[in-house]
Amino acid sequence: MSLLVATLAVGLVFAVLALGIYLSFRVYQIPDITADGSFPLGAAVTARMLKEGADPWTATLAGVLSGALAGMATGFIHTRFKVNAILSGILVMTALYSVNLRVMGSSNLPITRGTLFTPLEETATEWLGRETTLLGRPVPASDLGLLAGTLAAAMLVAVALSAFLRTELGTTMRATGDNARMVRALGTSTDRMIVLGLALSNALVAFAGSLFAQMQLFADAQMGIGVIVFGLASVIIGSTLVGPVRSVSLGIAGAIMGAVLFRLLVAIAIRLGLDANDLKLVTAVVVLGAIVGPGWLRGLGRGRAKHAGGDAAHGKRGGHASA
Amino acid sequence: MLRLERVRKTFNKGTANEVRALDGVDLELAEGSWTVVIGTNGSGKSTLQGAVSGTFALDAGRIVVAGRDVTSWPEHRRATLVGRVFQDPFAGTAPELTVAENMALASNRRNLRSLLPLSTRARRDEWRALLRRIGLGLEDRLDDPIGLLSGGQRQAITLLMATLTRPRVLLLDEHTAALDPRSAELVIGLTEALVRESRSTTLMVTHSMQQAATLGDRLIAMHRGRVYLDVSGADKRTLGEGDLLALFSQMRRDDAFDDEACGLVRGQYR
Ligand SMILES: Nc1ncnc2c1ncn2[C@@H]1O[C@H](COP(=O)(O)OP(=O)(O)OP(=O)(O)O)[C@@H](O)[C@H]1O
Ligand SMILES: [Mg+2]
Repeated sequence: MSLLVATLAVGLVFAVLALGIYLSFRVYQIPDITADGSFPLGAAVTARMLKEGADPWTATLAGVLSGALAGMATGFIHTRFKVNAILSGILVMTALYSVNLRVMGSSNLPITRGTLFTPLEETATEWLGRETTLLGRPVPASDLGLLAGTLAAAMLVAVALSAFLRTELGTTMRATGDNARMVRALGTSTDRMIVLGLALSNALVAFAGSLFAQMQLFADAQMGIGVIVFGLASVIIGSTLVGPVRSVSLGIAGAIMGAVLFRLLVAIAIRLGLDANDLKLVTAVVVLGAIVGPGWLRGLGRGRAKHAGGDAAHGKRGGHASA
Repeated sequence: MLRLERVRKTFNKGTANEVRALDGVDLELAEGSWTVVIGTNGSGKSTLQGAVSGTFALDAGRIVVAGRDVTSWPEHRRATLVGRVFQDPFAGTAPELTVAENMALASNRRNLRSLLPLSTRARRDEWRALLRRIGLGLEDRLDDPIGLLSGGQRQAITLLMATLTRPRVLLLDEHTAALDPRSAELVIGLTEALVRESRSTTLMVTHSMQQAATLGDRLIAMHRGRVYLDVSGADKRTLGEGDLLALFSQMRRDDAFDDEACGLVRGQYR
């Protein structure tokens, strides 16, 4: 049971990550690999700030802002120098690897002081005693405090993001991914929208990294590897769960469910004997399957009338009804 | 109102694919006038519009809108003065956004977008009234993703969106070319009404000789990146579809002549 609670908590932290990827991938159609650098960046900055004696809120905020800067760097390289978006992300991700080592001063940095979760863990222990039972199994009360914290963080980000995407600015961002030419014709610089959007996306990713570090009590230079693929898996699984909807709130709910579900599946698979070293390979295959699968299945359903490969990936553009 | 001075644009300069798309265009459009642009494929009509809307940087020349030199303004900044409707009926709207969201972005043209909610009840009522005018039953579909609508419906809304802020200049690039005859007729009727109301200085490209003969108060024929013919006033009113077709065969024949000969032939139409 403790394993389930811990898995859910990690799943919720990764839901925050998934919301960042939702923004870059679903809103802008950019699979922004900067995430692989901004996730450990958020973790590193937070761990370092905590080490220097900052309070957890400041340390977390610093982590979030560092992610926003990383996203701005990618957006700036992409829009100002017309460098391909993915290549811009690769450049920044690579640079961040060194930055992260510099920030931590070594390849990993333990967190020995109180974190954002500490007060919650203490309160839970105060209320429930050291250990309590959930569904008839013993669970450390501090784990429940941790779960409450991650749940609050994920819900907060989800509600804020879905409200934001409905404001004038947020709607202009969605329009930029949908029809950039129209946005320019309506008076807004799409370059600025892309820089802002990638900044926000990576701020969320870094927030997830910061929470993850505070949860496992260390930051590590390697912890970002494959984060983008995990985020994509969550978003894509999520959109399969909620169906081909256009509503922002459902898309966001889908991404959260996708992240938690995927994390659970991973925990179960490892329990059943999956070698943790094979995890990234399996994740990549799952993402490929989720992208190609639905179109392929539909193609089979149509009696192989047409080649249907990549339908799901291009489905977003299918919003054109004919006269 | 809208002035183009010796505007030049060559695409793919210095390569085998070099195209002189605009070859020294001088043009001045009076406030509130409606100019129709015709010309063969590739004669530079869309490039002319792109020069005004700022889609690309000019090689030479100046663009002046409402007394302001906008030559160095980026595309989005010019949008505060210039409204556009493209040939592709899907190009002017964002399919994932609802009709109301599309109209909201169009009704408030600016670079700095706020964190305020997109629409108020009053504004929605205003848009509903506008949509009712089109007569396509769109007033009940404010919250539908606009991608669900047909090309004709979307083009009609794009036209509304382009004129919503009464821009000083309105650019229409073959905006009915991709529509079926009935939708095209509807959109043209709407164009006449909206142009009259917004009093925007209008530059409209068309391949329809009927539209060219009946609409606007001035007609320009483009040929090889230059203004080949420019008629207005009484001359424009008496110009029939037949004359325009004759003009086109003339321009095609001219392709074989050199520029001097073009000048001689041009004299016949003055
Ligand atoms: N972005 C571009 N890059 C390269 N060449 C271009 C570009 N845009 C236009 N051209 C070329 O410039 C010339 C003028 O094109 P333009 O689109 O202005 O013609 P048009 O009069 O609008 O033609 P149509 O009636 O077919 O729309 C053409 O030869 C075209 O191939
Ligand atoms: Mg054209």
